[in-house]
Amino acid sequence: MSQLINIQPLEPERGNIRASSPEQPSCASSACGKASAPESLDPDVWEKVKNHPCYSEDAHQYFARMHVAVAPACNIQCHYCNRKYDCANESRPGVVSERMTPEQAVRKVVTVANEVSQLSVLGIAGPGDACYDWAKTKETFEQVAKVIPDIKFCLSTNGLALADCIDDITRMNIDHVTLTINMVDPEVGAKIYPWIFFNNKRWTGIEASQILHERQMLGLEMLKKRGILAKVNSVMIPGVNDEHLLEVNRVVKEKGAFLHNVMPLISDPAHGTHFGLTGQRGPTNQELMNLQNRLSDGTKLMRHCRQCRADAIGLLGEDRGQEFTMDKIPEEVAYNPANRDSYRDIVAQERGEHLEQKQSADKKLAVLEEKPTILVAVASKQGGRINQHFGHAQEFQIYEASPDGVKLIGHRKIPPYCTGGNGEDEVLDRIISALDGVQAVLCARIGDCPREKLEKAGIKVSDAYAHDWIESGISAWYSACFSEEKRQIA
Amino acid sequence: MSYKIVVENCTACGACEFECPNSAISMKGDEFIINADKCTECEGQFDSPQCADVCPMPDTCIPA
Ligand code: SF4
Ligand code: SF4
Ligand code: SF4
Repeated sequence: MSQLINIQPLEPERGNIRASSPEQPSCASSACGKASAPESLDPDVWEKVKNHPCYSEDAHQYFARMHVAVAPACNIQCHYCNRKYDCANESRPGVVSERMTPEQAVRKVVTVANEVSQLSVLGIAGPGDACYDWAKTKETFEQVAKVIPDIKFCLSTNGLALADCIDDITRMNIDHVTLTINMVDPEVGAKIYPWIFFNNKRWTGIEASQILHERQMLGLEMLKKRGILAKVNSVMIPGVNDEHLLEVNRVVKEKGAFLHNVMPLISDPAHGTHFGLTGQRGPTNQELMNLQNRLSDGTKLMRHCRQCRADAIGLLGEDRGQEFTMDKIPEEVAYNPANRDSYRDIVAQERGEHLEQKQSADKKLAVLEEKPTILVAVASKQGGRINQHFGHAQEFQIYEASPDGVKLIGHRKIPPYCTGGNGEDEVLDRIISALDGVQAVLCARIGDCPREKLEKAGIKVSDAYAHDWIESGISAWYSACFSEEKRQIA
Repeated sequence: MSYKIVVENCTACGACEFECPNSAISMKGDEFIINADKCTECEGQFDSPQCADVCPMPDTCIPA
């Protein structure tokens, strides 16, 4: 089965997803027709997600997003957040984004669009709550839309104020919204949210979570009714909501969420959060994967989410934010669409080829019988190819290979091995422990020393598939591996 | 009768400015401050001072 993108509309009422979409994007600027929609996907939905790195597993290899941190105010308190840092719902906790006014944000977006041709999405994810701090969010989107009409907008929210701005969201053609939902039971919620501010009043305890829950469900229903794609994020907090997320998954699916993304709690006393200070731990890679596996029969899960910071720029897994800090943005900039347009044409071609090779890769594996299911880590810069040096990788994409095919199931962050000098052994140990459960690493190149160490740790390593498409490389490696074993037996 | 903001604790999120029914809160330089002449402690308008209720930092919006 081809896994072109990791998304499918949830089974019931699929026709409802923006059946009434009035605006068809023009063929000139989009890759219309060339990269065709996977069969299982409603064409309207594919049109919306195909260039969105966060919604489409395929697009995340080609398209870039940027976040601008224009919305610092928030209306709830989460135990995994202390306000010195960004909202941990969407961003990785412990980072501080560069805050800016809507006017500064517009200049920044235009500067980035001129230089980063992969840019397709502008998101607002805080650092507080985009819907609560709505005036600033709205102003930013409206001004950017005037200059770059074909850019897509998305926003993230805790849902409490979503219903208040749903009319604006609909009118402005924002067709993706991310809601963070960590519970559907206020008893569980009370362990996560100490208070909320709603209707001019601070609410605490179960009452607070009851209101939040109702508002989140209302928001989800409204999005569904208006044909806006809703992605749900959940933070997995071991011992608090880990088992409960199965129930969350069931409920949000029923309410029409399009994707469900489970992210690990990242907890560190140094962040000064309630959870950090009280010793609440985050899940291990293994625990996270087990939960994602148990959930994946229901809502399509998003395995490529990177918990980006609220001012992230670039392809998922990279962050070029530091190249575009406010002090590097000119006072006046004019938008030049040439780079983005020509990039789209190239992608349309690449994607066609990529899809074909994925299908043939899967076919190749299908003829093998009774072979084990294994995990393979790939070092890839972008474009869906095995094209990164082991020592430069800051994350591995984790694929599952079996006779059923090759599919992306997640990613693991690692410290880069080539930092120039000391401590390399210790770094390698950390990489090896991050590769827990992974049987093989495929990369563009690797030095002898790390290769030996990995192999000693029982991890196979190959750079023989450098610059191949990821799926072709994995399936070729997998087949070679097993025919070799056969030869040895014979 | 007025509230004040303890500057050292303030994260400058702006939520209080947004909620104040009397526009008593504004940014001066890069700090939020409460104009004592405009602040009514929300009396007659809400059950509790809005700035203190929405502020994420404990003991930051307090009686002056
Ligand atoms: S945090 Fe997740 S949803 Fe947001 S931009 Fe990054 S990958 Fe996409
Ligand atoms: S107490 Fe009420 S009136 Fe005074 S600053 Fe706070 S919100 Fe404004
Ligand atoms: S709500 Fe509190 S933290 Fe935010 S700006 Fe006002 S005083 Fe500062």
